[in-house]
Amino acid sequence: MSIIEFHKTSKHFGDLKVLDQVDLSIEQGEVVVLIGPSGSGKSTLLRCINGLEQITGGDLIVDGISVRAGGRQLRQIRQEAGMVFQQFNLFPQMTALQNVAFGPRKVRGLGRREAEAQALELLDKVGLKERAHHVPSALSGGQQQRVAIARALAVRPKVMLFDEPTSALDPELKQEVLTVMRQLAQEGMTMVVVTHEMSFARQVGTRLIFMEHGKISVDGNPVEVITNPPSDRLKDFLQHVE
Amino acid sequence: MEIDWSVIPGFLPQLAAGARVTILIALAGLVGGTILGLIAGLMRAYGGRVLNAIAFIYIELIRGTPIVVQVMFLYFAMPVLTGLRVDPMTAAVLAIVVNAGAYIAEIVRGAFLSIPRGLTEAGLAMGLPQWKVLTHIVGPLAFRRLIPPLGNQFIVSLKDTSLFIVIGVGELTRTGQEIMASNFRAVEIWTAVAVIYLILTGTLTAILRVVENRMRIL
Repeated sequence: MSIIEFHKTSKHFGDLKVLDQVDLSIEQGEVVVLIGPSGSGKSTLLRCINGLEQITGGDLIVDGISVRAGGRQLRQIRQEAGMVFQQFNLFPQMTALQNVAFGPRKVRGLGRREAEAQALELLDKVGLKERAHHVPSALSGGQQQRVAIARALAVRPKVMLFDEPTSALDPELKQEVLTVMRQLAQEGMTMVVVTHEMSFARQVGTRLIFMEHGKISVDGNPVEVITNPPSDRLKDFLQHVE
Repeated sequence: MEIDWSVIPGFLPQLAAGARVTILIALAGLVGGTILGLIAGLMRAYGGRVLNAIAFIYIELIRGTPIVVQVMFLYFAMPVLTGLRVDPMTAAVLAIVVNAGAYIAEIVRGAFLSIPRGLTEAGLAMGLPQWKVLTHIVGPLAFRRLIPPLGNQFIVSLKDTSLFIVIGVGELTRTGQEIMASNFRAVEIWTAVAVIYLILTGTLTAILRVVENRMRIL
């Protein structure tokens, strides 16, 4: 069974159709890179997976649960699908350690000591152990985003959703975030990544999806699709991002 | 008539008693008003259509009428409508509760809605229920932003208690009025009354400054 299944999924904002009957199955262990012009629906597609946007047509099954179920079941899905945002969205009143320990404590019900011990391990993994007691405003953008990745991992998700994780970062800070993401992919984490980083797509992605007007227009192996774009629109798009 | 400041000490016990009533009304009224304001403000920010409408009507009703009319209504009109008689002190406290509550509701709503949406999404995306996002993430941040305008409202409400002279509550202004009526020493008495109000509001300001300094606004 696929871990994420879109069945004729649609999303409207009022009269605006953002996702148009999307069919898509994502298997465990895949690293799916979503690209497309702005307004093509790639971020919306990602945000439908954990119900931050409600779908308005069709169905969407995550780890065997429909996002339409709502309430407790939707929260179950959210625990299985960690999310990393473009703007990091770290909790400003908490230190890096408290940010990472927050999910396990409040969602999984872990004790403070245990949650913080785990959080420290995760911060070590993203290379920020020695920054554990800094508040977000004392960290660089790249560091904040790495803390945000650790925070999402702390809830022990099966899938990680990345919504333009490096778009708000300076070029030299992007790399440290991409390195952590690459490492995560190597460990076999299922990932869905909205990004403009074509080098990441080529090197780390197992699948590349190009979206246009709320539909999937190209879906294939990243290296093949990038070297030999099957459509003129994609060829045009790739020339602009690279 | 000569201005003679030496008459003031003789009236201090009486003025102090008036100040005590003022403090009592303000304190009880603001505790109640803050609770009511918090509820109404959250109803405005997060309530469904019905709760939002109820809170909206309450706030507009209070903001659109003078506090003197409100206390007159509570003291003179309510007993006629409901048959429940309240003493002036209760009417005064209720008036502050209802009046401050409406203004505080708008302060609460503004503070909660000013917290970036992304933080709520980050909490929800972890699988937290909405109420935990409010109590653990948005609430603590909103609280810091709430303090300066809340302090302002506290000072306004404290001074508004002087208007309850109209229903005969023996608060500070009424006490000043009574002393005045017996000796006509307008300059001395009203100066003393003003200074006592300044001491009360000054103390409040100092407390607020300490709280603000302790809680950095993020």
